[in-house]
Amino acid sequence: MSETKGLTRQQMADRIALEFQDGWIVNLGVGIPTMCSNTDIGDRHVIYHSENGVIGYGPIAPAGDEDLNLVNAGGQNVTLNPGAAVVHHADSFAIIRGGHIDVTVMGAYEVACNGDFANWKVKGAKGGGIGGAMDLAACAKRVFLILEQVTRDGSPRLVAQCALPVTARGVVKLVATNYGLFEPTGDGFLLREIAAGFTVAEVRAATGAKLIVRGAVPLVRLAA
Amino acid sequence: MAPPSKQVASFAEAVRDIPDGAVVAFGGFAMPGTPFNLIKALHDHGAKQLTCIANTTGGAQQPRMPDIGMLVENGQVKKVICAFTAATRASDVLPFTKYYESGEVEAELVPQGTLAERLRAAGAGIPAFYTPTAVGTELAEGRETRVINGREYLLEYALPLDYAFVRATRADAFGNLQFHRSQRNFNPVMATAARITIAELDEDILPAGTIDPDAVHLSGIFVHRLVCVPPAPEGIWPVRRQERRR
Repeated sequence: MSETKGLTRQQMADRIALEFQDGWIVNLGVGIPTMCSNTDIGDRHVIYHSENGVIGYGPIAPAGDEDLNLVNAGGQNVTLNPGAAVVHHADSFAIIRGGHIDVTVMGAYEVACNGDFANWKVKGAKGGGIGGAMDLAACAKRVFLILEQVTRDGSPRLVAQCALPVTARGVVKLVATNYGLFEPTGDGFLLREIAAGFTVAEVRAATGAKLIVRGAVPLVRLAA
Repeated sequence: MAPPSKQVASFAEAVRDIPDGAVVAFGGFAMPGTPFNLIKALHDHGAKQLTCIANTTGGAQQPRMPDIGMLVENGQVKKVICAFTAATRASDVLPFTKYYESGEVEAELVPQGTLAERLRAAGAGIPAFYTPTAVGTELAEGRETRVINGREYLLEYALPLDYAFVRATRADAFGNLQFHRSQRNFNPVMATAARITIAELDEDILPAGTIDPDAVHLSGIFVHRLVCVPPAPEGIWPVRRQERRR
């Protein structure tokens, strides 16, 4: 496999984590989003929430020191930060549905410039994996996505309209990919920051919707 | 006077009366709180035409732990109701998938929070509720929605159960339960939704009254049978993630 150009998985997570504000309650989805809890965001205090009712978890538990009855959304054994609490599933989703989550960060197969996104069912599948994604997408104050810019066969994942069944409509506020940082604006994607090594023309060619560029595009910010 | 103990001697005895056609839910989110021993006992018991409810059908990782997929493979399942009927990683294929795609088993895919709330509603005497979850998606097609205060909501019905299987750390003889960390997950709401709740316990059962009432996570009024999990290998316990492989 050739080396991926642009941001690494951890760098995409780092860029999104820099958006977290002091005091936010943050839900991290399976995959790259859970890597946001590894990012140093300075003095800001963030509370990580997991669908299974863990409020205030911290980094992955060191090998040999795991509590096998404590996992994050991805089933990884994590640690607890001071102030943590555990509730049952209905209460955990009351937190979500009640609008108490400041941001949910998820992976996705596709995102459209109108804020629709798809992450629960692949083409031709009979089953799907929704998990908590629809509850989170419908009810969190903000939805941020982290995904690769293109599929394995090179098709853009940032599109004008989702072809796959959507998870929620019109909710995505910010998208980090290995190519840069994007904001869905309704009629296109605003390129806010670009990954080192790419030109705007390259990003445009790998985007399946109108790419909006305002002046000189800064490089992706990776440190607080 | 102390209430009679709800402890039963074996997992087999605890599941013996489950009839064909029963609606059975299994707690658990990943390893924690999953009643592996009771699921295995239900597998050995052999009841058929079951409707099985859990977060997932299981089986994405090796070695297999007892899960819905095993009951499906054993020809015991008519329908599953889950938040995952496919793996989180699109390239992983669940053991369940083959049976679902061939039409041998039915599936209802439910968002996780809606699943939890449908169970909570069943236990709380709420027949149905409106939720913003899944509005505008394939799941809402052809179903009843209502605009309340300018926002569209989807009608969801309560999900009552015949049996709930739960796993907890500690119980007293009356069935008051304590869970450790994320063991809690779906377990309390499933217990409230069920006619009969069977709990498997990590620790020996304590005399009634020895758990501080302020520290009870699930009241024993919702718990009917208690079974202690014996040490491995006779009993099934969560295993370290890195000891599993895909």
